[in-house]
This record gives sequence, C-alpha cells and structure tokens, in this order.
Amino acid sequence: MTLYLPIAELSVNWLIIVGFGGLVGFLSGMFGVGGGFLTTPLLIFYGIPPAVAVASSATQITGASVSGALAYWRRGGVDLKMGGVLVAGGLIGAGAGSVVFRWLQELGQIDVTINLVYVVLLGTVGALMLRESVRTLRRTARGAPPKRLHAHNPFVAALPWRTRFYKSGLYISPLAPLLLGAVVGMLTVIMGVGGGFILVPAMIYLLGMSANAVVGTSLFQIVFVTAATTVLHSVESQAVDIVLAGLLLAGGVVGAQLGVRAAQRLAPAKLRLGLALIVLGVAVRLAVGLALTPAELFSVFTA
Amino acid sequence: MRRALLAAGIALATPAAAAPPARLIADISQNRIDIVYSFKGAELLVFGAIQYPRGQVPDERPDLAIVVRGPAEPITLRKKARVAGIWINTDSVRFETAPGFYAVATSAPIKRLVDERNAAIWEIGLDYLQLSPTASDGAQVAAFTRGLVDLRRRAGLWSEQEGRIGITQNILYQTRISIPSAVPVGAYTAEIYLIRRGRIIARTSTPITIGKSGFERWVYVAAQTNGLLYGLAAVALALLAGWGAGLVVRRT
Repeated sequence: MTLYLPIAELSVNWLIIVGFGGLVGFLSGMFGVGGGFLTTPLLIFYGIPPAVAVASSATQITGASVSGALAYWRRGGVDLKMGGVLVAGGLIGAGAGSVVFRWLQELGQIDVTINLVYVVLLGTVGALMLRESVRTLRRTARGAPPKRLHAHNPFVAALPWRTRFYKSGLYISPLAPLLLGAVVGMLTVIMGVGGGFILVPAMIYLLGMSANAVVGTSLFQIVFVTAATTVLHSVESQAVDIVLAGLLLAGGVVGAQLGVRAAQRLAPAKLRLGLALIVLGVAVRLAVGLALTPAELFSVFTA
Repeated sequence: MRRALLAAGIALATPAAAAPPARLIADISQNRIDIVYSFKGAELLVFGAIQYPRGQVPDERPDLAIVVRGPAEPITLRKKARVAGIWINTDSVRFETAPGFYAVATSAPIKRLVDERNAAIWEIGLDYLQLSPTASDGAQVAAFTRGLVDLRRRAGLWSEQEGRIGITQNILYQTRISIPSAVPVGAYTAEIYLIRRGRIIARTSTPITIGKSGFERWVYVAAQTNGLLYGLAAVALALLAGWGAGLVVRRT
C-alpha cells in the first residue's frame, strides 16, 4: 500500500491519499467548491512538506474544476468577458503571489501566514454563509419567498471605464473583477486553494453578478489560474509532485461525481449550511492550532 | 580538508607500535540503494573482519565504531515562540554542514569507547557532529543543536546505537543500520573504526549510493531539469482526468 513520492521524497500510504482526494472531491461535488482549502491542510497534516502540498493541490484543483467548467460552458453559464478579466487579474496575482511566497519563505513566516490567512478568510466566509443559510432556512420554514440578493457596492460603482458584461447582467468597470481576480490568484499561489469560496461570494455580493453565470465563470477562472500556478511552481520551486497530484485526482474525480449525486437530494440552503459548518470547523481547528503549544518548536528549512 | 589534515597529524603522532597494526576489512549488504515506487526504507548490513598482525587474535574483545553518513547540507533551524497569543518562528540558527543522515553503531557506550579528541576528529557520536553553526551565542547554539538532534533523531535520520555491534570470536563484526523512507539522496559512506584505549588504531570506509531509479528518477530529473514541460504535463494530466471523468458521467 506504500508508494514513494518522487518530489515530496517520502513514502505514503496511497490509499489514504486517494481517500483524501475522494473526501475532498465529494465535498466539492456536493457544494460546488474546489476543496483546496481542505486538501492543503490535510496533506500538511499527513506529513507532506508544505511547499509540495500547496503546489500539488493546485494541480488537483485544475482537474476537479475542469469537468464542472465544461458542464457550465455547454449550458452557457460562463461569461467569457468577465472570465477573461478575472483570469488576467489572476495571472497578475499569481505572479505577485510567487514573489511574496518566496519572501515569506526566506523570513520563515510562510506557515504562520498561511494559517492566519486561512483562519481570517475561512472564519469570515463561514460566518457569513452560516448567517445567510440559517436566515433562508427560517424564511422558507415560515413560507416567505426567498429574498433577492443584489448589491450595488459604492466602491465598485465609482471605478472608471465602465463596460457591459452581458451574461453577468452588469455595467461596471473591469478594474473591479481584475482586482478580485488578482487577490484570488495570489491566494492560489500562496495557499494552494482555487479560491472559489471567496470568488463566488465576492461575485454575488460585491460585483452583483446574476446567479446563473457566477459558478460557471468562477470555475472558468479557477481552471486557468490553477493551471498557471502549477506551471509557475514547477518552474520556480520544482515542488509539484505529479504522483501525489495523480493520486488526489483519482480519488477526487470519483468523489466529485458521488458528491453531485448526494447534493441533488438536498435543499440548496441546507447545502450552504453544511458547507458553512465545514468551513468554520476548519477555521476553528487552525485557530486552535496557532494558539496551542506546537508539538515541534523547531523546524528545519533547507537551502 | 581539516579532517584529513588532522588525520594525517594523528597518523604521524601515533608512535609506531612494536607489532604492525591491525587491518580492517569491510563490506556492505548493498552499495547502492535504489529508491523505487515501493521504497519503504532499507536496512543496511555492515560487516567485515579484523585482520590481526601475524594472525594473533587477542583475548580481549575489540572495540569498534561504525558510522554511516549522508551528504551534508546547509540548513536553517527555526524556533517558535508565542507572540501575541500565537506561535510564530522568532529565532533561527544556520548550520552549514548538517548531514542529511547520520547513524553510528558502537560496541560499547561512546563515552567509554573513544576519547573526546578522537570522537571530535572523526565525529563519532551525535555529541561530536561538526555542524558548523554560524551564530555566536554559545547558549543559543547549544539549545538549537539539542533541538536539531532531537528532531532528526525522531525522524530516524540521525541515530546512535551504543553496544549494537555483534562481534564473533573477536574477529568478525556486523551491525544493521536502518534507513527511513524520507532519506535524502546522494553519496553516503560507511566508516569503520577499530579502537583501542580510546584511540583509533585502524579504519576503513566504503561508499554507498542512495538514488532514485526507474520512474521515480525519471520524474525527479524531469522536474529538476525541465520545469516548464513538467508543469505543462501536470496540467495536461489534471485536465485529462477531469475531462475524462465528466465524459464518463455524461454517458451514464
């Protein structure tokens, strides 16, 4: 059952890695997120070097997102113009992120930064989702119609060079999605996440995109930016373990299909509640990990 | 270099004994360890014989130390401390020559086996590793050295096995050195020391190579030498897997 990973340079039980991929794939199929926010911590917890975990998890997300992106594409659920702007932003962010990543690595603060950013982001997103889903569930229990979510952010509205995004139903400056894409691209490089858990809420609540184009466009951006990230990591740090990514993919694609089937039997608001609880759980676990006395006070950094 | 010079010095300083010196003959179960997909670590058998002058086997048991070491590399060791409620790396010490693997087996406790000078010259025992720390604060270096030894010990990368050399009829010796799966690749050596009254009276060494082979080697070399192509291949694999899975599901 053991398999030697050529880049991570250690032996793993391949069934466990395929199991991780399957679990994360199941959740991503069920909730429509890439699941990178779970893969990276799970791999690090298992003993994979953080740099390898982050880089290989980006590769896995590409595979996990592409079938979803294609499915939405066929149904016309991808706003190409919006997606293109997001990808452009994502590439800028990924480039900047890799510089920040190396700088933090030299300072020796990469792990704590990754954890802190995780805690803040997951905590915030999880809490917002929890509040929203509980409200929706209460409202449907009372029989009231679901409230329409639409926002006009004054900051977004103030940006220049407005242009029309037809499928998204928006007339806004391309700078807003460019900036959003850059932030997410940076997170992809540093934390090994696709960033769907930020991108989707931001597209709905900040940009005010119409719901039918949000998930497809978000997946479109994730496929391209995670693919670019994989190449970036391969060239810069040689940290992509293709065997590790393959194992995760094998579990992930099967898990994702099972997840999609499981999701069809549940109400969307309940799904969001479940996802909110998982996201908050990961955030709490990481926060506790930051505060508790670590098992190892010392850590080795080579190079 | 320093070690070689010191060694030469010792050799000159050692007064020529009445009898010609004993010789060590050594062999190893594997001179090359191949890391393939099923690599779970390995166990090396280091064995050999002591050739006494004129075949006169002494009555007392000989003392031996066997050191297997891997390539040394510079590392930075960081230590966490609590800052504003969370644990972050605050302090670091750089070690210029930390061996990636170091295992010593001896026929008796190291303190009784070899005197401090010889232990330091030949790096026999974890206490005598020359790690070349670059910090100047003695107490800090000592604390970090202890931390590093402890960390590597628990990872199975550094070990000390006192009294674990089997000796038969005062001539044949053998010991087993276990190598964990997370071992660095490179050129290793097995060094065997024959010791009398705290001093090294004979020594020999054998090279060992630990390297990836087959598919693992191919992947590793591709990643190191052709990062761009390797990255594109990884992306292609991911796209194919995702697209293929989507296709299968649409059919069913």
